Amino acid sequence: MRTTTSGVSRRTVLAGLGAGAAAMAVAPRVALADKAATDEAIAKILGGVKAQDGKVKIQLPQIAENGNTVPFTVSVDSPMTEASYVKAIHVVAEGNPSPQVASFTFTPTGKATVSMRMRLGKTQDVRAVALMSDGTAWEARQEVKVTIGGCGG
Amino acid sequence: MPTPRVKIPASAAKGEVFEVKTTIDHDMESGQRKDKDGKPIPRKIINRFVCTYNGKEVFSADWAAAISANPYLSFFLTATESGTIEMKWHEDGGQVFAASQAITVN
Repeated sequence: MRTTTSGVSRRTVLAGLGAGAAAMAVAPRVALADKAATDEAIAKILGGVKAQDGKVKIQLPQIAENGNTVPFTVSVDSPMTEASYVKAIHVVAEGNPSPQVASFTFTPTGKATVSMRMRLGKTQDVRAVALMSDGTAWEARQEVKVTIGGCGG
Repeated sequence: MPTPRVKIPASAAKGEVFEVKTTIDHDMESGQRKDKDGKPIPRKIINRFVCTYNGKEVFSADWAAAISANPYLSFFLTATESGTIEMKWHEDGGQVFAASQAITVN
């Protein structure tokens, strides 16, 4: 009967090696933003204000075949008058090399809707945070499944 | 030389909310890519956009490397008075590209 002297079976060793190799294979070339880093970035932008869910609507495709140009529209429920308007909208992406996408600064004019196109490196959540003139903050998020990443190179 | 394109109605009723659509030809080089020798290509993006209406700043944006090439932007303004709407795109390194258009408000 064969025994393992070290107490470590051949199978455990192989499994360990396999897992290690797999980890190496998926290790990103660049440090990616994650949820914690994104939370931190948002907290820094808001400076102590806590964002509540609501008022903000973020429109994105559910599946983006090309991560190089993913259209997005953010709109906020606000009258946009001197008395009550959206001061800023911040868009952040959780799975890009760095979470910042864009920040928009508004004045009491028009309506609080803005559209652009962004790059997404992989499937991830995109978040929009609105800062209002009354000091409150509101947030919305949506997941986008990315087929081909847009940070290539 | 990037060419900005701006679409604004030539005239609007006082108090009317109108859409401003703009694009500018630009690679928005993210700084994440490498050339064929494996050397990183330095970042060069348009990092700031500012819109003024008769000299008053009404909308601005700060952009990161995650904005797509040839940045397209749409936003909304209220027609308050006849005059000029001016837009400026600020590139990394300090170069500025500008476009402006007249609007008649009646």
